[in-house]
Amino acid sequence: MRDRSELEVGKSNLPDESELELGLGLSLGGGAWRERGRILTAKDFPSVGSKRAADSSSRQGASPPRSSQVVGWPPIGSHRMNSLVNNQATKVAKADKEEEEEGEGKKKVDEAKDVSMKVNGKVQGLGFVKVNMDGVGIGRKVDMRAHSSYENLAQTLEEMFFGMTGTTSREKVKPLRLLDGSSEFVLTYEDKEGDWMLVGDVPWRMFITSVKRLRIMGTSEANGLAPRHQEQKEKQRNNPV
Amino acid sequence: MNYFPDEVIEHIFDSIASHRDRNSISLVCKSWHKIERCSRKKVFIGNCYAIDPERLIGRFPCLKSLTLKGKPHFADFNLVPHEWGGFVHPWIDALARARVGLEELRLKRMVVSDESLELLSRSFANFKSLVLVSCEGFTTDGLASIAANCRHLRELDLQENEIDDHRGQWLNCFPDSCITLTSLNFACLKGETNLAALERLVARSPNLKSLKVNRAVPLDALTRLMSCAPQLVDLGVGSYENEPDPESFAKLSAAINKCTSLRCLSGFSEVAPRCLPAFYPICQNLISLNLSYAAEIQGNHLIKFIQFCKRLQRLWILDSIGDKGLEVVASACKELQELRVFPSDLHGEEDNDAAVTEVGLVAISAGCRKLHSILYFCKQMTNAALITVAKNCPNFIRFRLCILEPNKPDHITSQSLDEGFGAIVQACKGLRRLSVSGLLTDKVFLYIGMYAEQLEMLSIAFAGDTDQGMLYVLNGCKKLRKLEIRDSPFGNAALLADVEKYETMRSLWMSSCDVTLGGCKRLARDAPWLNVEIINENESNGMEQNEEDEREKVDRLYLYRTVVGTRKDAPSCVTIL
Repeated sequence: MRDRSELEVGKSNLPDESELELGLGLSLGGGAWRERGRILTAKDFPSVGSKRAADSSSRQGASPPRSSQVVGWPPIGSHRMNSLVNNQATKVAKADKEEEEEGEGKKKVDEAKDVSMKVNGKVQGLGFVKVNMDGVGIGRKVDMRAHSSYENLAQTLEEMFFGMTGTTSREKVKPLRLLDGSSEFVLTYEDKEGDWMLVGDVPWRMFITSVKRLRIMGTSEANGLAPRHQEQKEKQRNNPV
Repeated sequence: MNYFPDEVIEHIFDSIASHRDRNSISLVCKSWHKIERCSRKKVFIGNCYAIDPERLIGRFPCLKSLTLKGKPHFADFNLVPHEWGGFVHPWIDALARARVGLEELRLKRMVVSDESLELLSRSFANFKSLVLVSCEGFTTDGLASIAANCRHLRELDLQENEIDDHRGQWLNCFPDSCITLTSLNFACLKGETNLAALERLVARSPNLKSLKVNRAVPLDALTRLMSCAPQLVDLGVGSYENEPDPESFAKLSAAINKCTSLRCLSGFSEVAPRCLPAFYPICQNLISLNLSYAAEIQGNHLIKFIQFCKRLQRLWILDSIGDKGLEVVASACKELQELRVFPSDLHGEEDNDAAVTEVGLVAISAGCRKLHSILYFCKQMTNAALITVAKNCPNFIRFRLCILEPNKPDHITSQSLDEGFGAIVQACKGLRRLSVSGLLTDKVFLYIGMYAEQLEMLSIAFAGDTDQGMLYVLNGCKKLRKLEIRDSPFGNAALLADVEKYETMRSLWMSSCDVTLGGCKRLARDAPWLNVEIINENESNGMEQNEEDEREKVDRLYLYRTVVGTRKDAPSCVTIL
């Protein structure tokens, strides 16, 4: 059990204290402590924020963020990271199958609410998935464990990307904007086999075990589900020949 | 004055391979400079924006092999936008137009398009070797061009790239006349593989020494492949999920037994543990083993396997091997030179007792006296352990320790880890690369500046107290080439103290530190031979909003020396001052 003061020893140029109220309790040097959300905080998950804060505080008091919650940390190459996430997703999927076969009805009900699942008594998370949006320079990461439904996820993504860009020309967001095809954007994902699919077609639980990354793309591009071809054109446009 | 004719000198130079030595030679006198540049075959460019292709070709018209690196290292951890840059196309284009006799191209962290690959495949008749590491932007269509058009292709090595797999028939594109392959690595491809095409290709490649397949190649296919390539030296296994039946297992064993030249083994994603024993017969021959993607194999199976690998020099493994496993490695693998231990479970946290700790590291240092390179991810560390490691292994060239939790102190004394790392740099006089982690004050940088005389690359995260820390490093490490810092309280005073220093370095990266826009602008003004790049969060707002406020802290700063000025291909999220 460690409190914040220990970690602040020796740091003479701390940013403004008020900006350190992340609900995660770690004081770090550096300048990214603004509402730019480089580090995912409870604010990024309004619907599950209190749950997460409650979780971490009940377990560890004012403890540091888990290493997996800081962007780009631990310093593992994205290729390897994806492989790790995949493996954990596979384990969860296998555990799922086993549990269904054993007919543990009660557990199923619990799991519909709580995305973190237990495998052999250990908690297996599904980890962070990269999200990119067309036209936005920097990608984000979203914790699949922290969501329980498509609506949940869509809401988080809306806040991440539309809250940040600050351009008012985009449509006012609606709750199911990303899922009902009515806006200019569509949410797609890459599955374990490397295929790009529209989000929303399969049951949520199946989705979270197979999603590897997410992409918010313009509706026109997603037509006919040929995103890969369109992706290449994007890349070529960026490539000065 | 030369005492020998130029041809003789050139002949002597031919035996000098190291590009650093050749760079030194070229500085001796004009005559040597000329002879050297006209005879240079291999060129290494550590930063593709430090020079441009035209000048490269102008100086080295006879070049045959080019190595290029693009994005900064932290791009591996998603800290650099995809479109930041590092496009290879202008290079291939220029080399093609100048009709350079390119035979080998090695790229790292560059953006490669299918068009580039197609152009490459059509422009160089003698092209032999393509190695792509951590690249992106291309698909299997690009690979198809390479397969189809490079008549003399020997090596196609794809390591950890982001490749869109179109499930096409790229393997089919190798013509029947292609029999020269020596190395084929497509382990990073995600889609299905045309097994028949692969088998035919392997069967007609008698010189194939290295084969690394992807997940999609199942056990029985692997058996057939190994049967027609018993000369393999380096094998990357795909996956085999189901436990093999006795007959399949027997066939696999028989095939493996014939591969008496096998020295390197990797892959094993999604592998049932029972399959590993099939490789027991060749254990004692192995010099390199990479099981870092084999998340399914548990510690005890790993240990059973590794204990027979007495000649192992290189081991990449997951932390599920545990301290006990590392103790076995320490007692069995006396030839070990390089060890990498990767985390297997990022969310398990405190309840995971099986992962490695400082105990494993100390055991390795005690048992493997030839160890010179280590990358070690762990949850906890102590100064005492590091001091012991330093005493046991003073020969480290690369020492990279990553304690998973930022700012974590010595877990027994609760002190910072300054003394531990201090011991490492003091003992390891040949240390060239260092990554530090855990709770660290300015003191560790005092030690680094004082003792790490050969240090070329330093990675810092969540460390230090004041500008003085960074200053110790900049002032002390004379051979420093690459410095990358994140989330540490270093600001303008450190950044601007010695601008000339950056001319001796390849690059500096600082993210989430205390440098401000004003400081960066001042640096750019004082050092026009540097490209000072600010990478912003948002593509659209760029610098307009921040222009007024020079006290605004810069999110990501990347600066590098260059002889060709500001690059023209930066995206809008990057501002070059």
